Amino acid sequence: MIVLRKRPAPSPLWRWLAPLLALALAVAAGALLFALMGHDPLQSLYVYFIEPLTSAWSLSELVVKATPLVLIGVGLAICYRANVWNIGAEGQLIAGAIAGSAIPVLLPGWNDPTALIAMLLLGALGGAAWAAVPAFLKTRFNANEILTSLMLVYVAGLLLDWLVRGPWRDPGGFNFPKTVSFEGWHVMPVLTGRVHIGAVLAVLAVLALWFVMARGRAGFAVRTVGAAPRAAMFGGFSEARVVWGVFLLSGALAGLAGIAEVAGSIGQLQPSISPGYGFTAIIVAFLGRLSPPAVLFAGLLLALTYLGGEAAQLALNISDKVAQAFQGLLLFFILAADTLVHYRITFRHRLSAGEGA
Amino acid sequence: MEQGQSPSAETPLLQVRGITRRFGEVVANDAVSLSVMPGQIHAVLGENGAGKSTLVRIIYGVIRPDAGTISLNGRPLRVTSPAEARRAGVGMVFQHFSLFEPFTVAQNIALALGGKAAALADRIRDVSRAYGLPLDPDALVADLSVGERQRVEIVRCLLADPRVIILDEPTSVLTPQEAEGLFATLRTLAGEGRAIIYITHRLREVRELCDAATILRHGRVVASVDPKTETAASLARHMVGADIPAVRAAPPAERPGAPLLHVRDLTLPADGPFGVALYGVSLDVRGGEVLAIAGVAGNGQRELFRALSGERLAQARGVICIGGHDVSLAGINARRAAGAAFVPEERLGHAAVPHMSLAGNLLLTRHAVDRDLVRRGVISWRRARQRTQRIIDEHDVRAARPDRPAAALSGGNLQKFVMGRALDRHPKVLVVNQPTWGVDAAAAAAIRQRLVDLARAGAAVLVISQDLDEIFQIADRIAVISRGELSPAVAVEETDRERIGLAMAGGFERRHAPGAGA
Repeated sequence: MIVLRKRPAPSPLWRWLAPLLALALAVAAGALLFALMGHDPLQSLYVYFIEPLTSAWSLSELVVKATPLVLIGVGLAICYRANVWNIGAEGQLIAGAIAGSAIPVLLPGWNDPTALIAMLLLGALGGAAWAAVPAFLKTRFNANEILTSLMLVYVAGLLLDWLVRGPWRDPGGFNFPKTVSFEGWHVMPVLTGRVHIGAVLAVLAVLALWFVMARGRAGFAVRTVGAAPRAAMFGGFSEARVVWGVFLLSGALAGLAGIAEVAGSIGQLQPSISPGYGFTAIIVAFLGRLSPPAVLFAGLLLALTYLGGEAAQLALNISDKVAQAFQGLLLFFILAADTLVHYRITFRHRLSAGEGA
Repeated sequence: MEQGQSPSAETPLLQVRGITRRFGEVVANDAVSLSVMPGQIHAVLGENGAGKSTLVRIIYGVIRPDAGTISLNGRPLRVTSPAEARRAGVGMVFQHFSLFEPFTVAQNIALALGGKAAALADRIRDVSRAYGLPLDPDALVADLSVGERQRVEIVRCLLADPRVIILDEPTSVLTPQEAEGLFATLRTLAGEGRAIIYITHRLREVRELCDAATILRHGRVVASVDPKTETAASLARHMVGADIPAVRAAPPAERPGAPLLHVRDLTLPADGPFGVALYGVSLDVRGGEVLAIAGVAGNGQRELFRALSGERLAQARGVICIGGHDVSLAGINARRAAGAAFVPEERLGHAAVPHMSLAGNLLLTRHAVDRDLVRRGVISWRRARQRTQRIIDEHDVRAARPDRPAAALSGGNLQKFVMGRALDRHPKVLVVNQPTWGVDAAAAAAIRQRLVDLARAGAAVLVISQDLDEIFQIADRIAVISRGELSPAVAVEETDRERIGLAMAGGFERRHAPGAGA
């Protein structure tokens, strides 16, 4: 029978092998899924994972999709390091998109570089404000942040829906539920193809948070509070301040991703602005071992699953829901493979009961 | 108490042969054998981690051995659970109690043994009277002292009429007087022909109480001796495998220094359902002296430490002064900046982050007070590693490197590091809770010597400890904590174990005086 034995210390080797093993298992499970649907698994995997990397257009699409994933994922990685479980980034993304869009919708005449900067700041503020609610409820009433942050996602979605169907609807838009199209400095400047400066912001966020986590006292406080709250208190760190800090940070980054998405890729506010980036970023954070530089690569990989899903829909006529199924498989296998970081698997023939002394 | 056939005096009542048990790479018991005669009180001696608890848990059926046999009364004993062990005539009193506070004594015992509480009450009274374990079956466990709770456990064990009784460190929660009472009970039980296995690391008790002793070291039996013919030093040598240096202390200065730690009327409500409220605690520790606070576990030591360290703030100004600064409302780092250092009881999870490097754990207490380590919010890991290496070298922390996680160190070595981290700053005031808890004897001796040396170098040292031997080795003055109240401190020459023991039982309390109610 199989026995799990706790390692004396987490294995550094398996910390990095586990996500690769999870990826391999997810690809294998994906192949099985394609085979069961009656497609040639090898060809499907090629269409899904390789083909999107072979053209300049799809490479730029990869960066476009990775931008929000990395921005949100790196914030969530810091949050989870502190043992704070913000899973409402999707709602913070929507709140940021709404807040930032206030300028093109309400002040269309203000159209210069300062307007764009104000939009980005408002986006970050909106996301942070949305994240402040679960932070307050947790620090004040010890409310479970998993529930509160998740439930606020739906509130944000309904708020957005009401705005674009009601007060913010484009008067010249033939009654379509959308705002005016953003123009001029209300749109993110483009670097190449559809890649906008949001991608630069994402890389800067990764670099800044990499430094803060490795060398900053603030990052040290986050790690300590997450690893051993009583020791953190002995070190003079306030758990409540860390909870507030990581919630505001991850909310601001999600809000920034939201306004960058609306002002960059979409160009207007509409009922649906995200294919679940805020949830997929949870997988990005875990696949990236909650470490900022690795989150960058994990973000590109998860962006590939979106692109592959679209490609498979076109080439193989498979529903693009496959992308979500694949992302779910990946998270499932990451969490399972993480067992190997803390436990060693041994095989033995006879049961011999007993536990630690 | 009669058992079918009375075994002859030469047949061991309990015989353990060649017990081996591994946990992963660790061999907790390596071919351990011992024989316990009827009527014998048999000590199993050893340091923490020597394998004592594993051995008795195997006998009691909690853990199964990898190899070896056990026989009871000459017949093989094969038990796979504590319930089977009890039916076979083996009982055990654990160090940590498993009682439900909201229930009465009789209800708790009925839960364990089955049957109606009311029907058990008479038997509980009989047994408690017969063995000098006064106990009211209708009392709520929540209202009982730790010593009384232990009596509940013992009575529960005795109701099953065991031939072999195992006690795991039973005196660690008792005052010296309560311990004497327990010893009388154990002698009565042995006089009836029962065998008693007594686990301890307290040498004084072994020589006073036990007829035989089996000494374990690193999972092996290193000696089987008659403790009455041994000295404490020779027993310690067996346990440790080397001589333990005695603590050498110069006499305290003729003129004591100014009080560096000053506490006046510290009162704090309990910080949770299992916390202890502090009530009117006052103390002064002067430069050059060691003040020790004795007390039975769970009487407010943890709460007092947290209040002194600043993890919990006082409720008003003028309550706690460190080096002349009023720090009553200042947090732990402000108190460190005022010259204090702190060493909490629990090493992993409180004093240190288990899976963080030693350099990170150095930073834990230094980030706010050492400007070389953190400037403008940026950490210098290079300097943190250098300082960590210095502590490792100067305090003889074995098997340590600055980048190794704290959890990889043994208890004794981690405690040396945690102490070294505090001493490295040459604190004016040191507050330490249970400085040698769970630490091997050699490391404990080194730590005690450091505490005395620090005091003689002019610092004020406050030691909270449950170990009276330790307190009498290092203290200049002793105070006692009981139910959140602190007795006045007395010079060590003017008191003795008996008087300290009476105070540990609460003799000095104002709030809990008889009739005052809790």
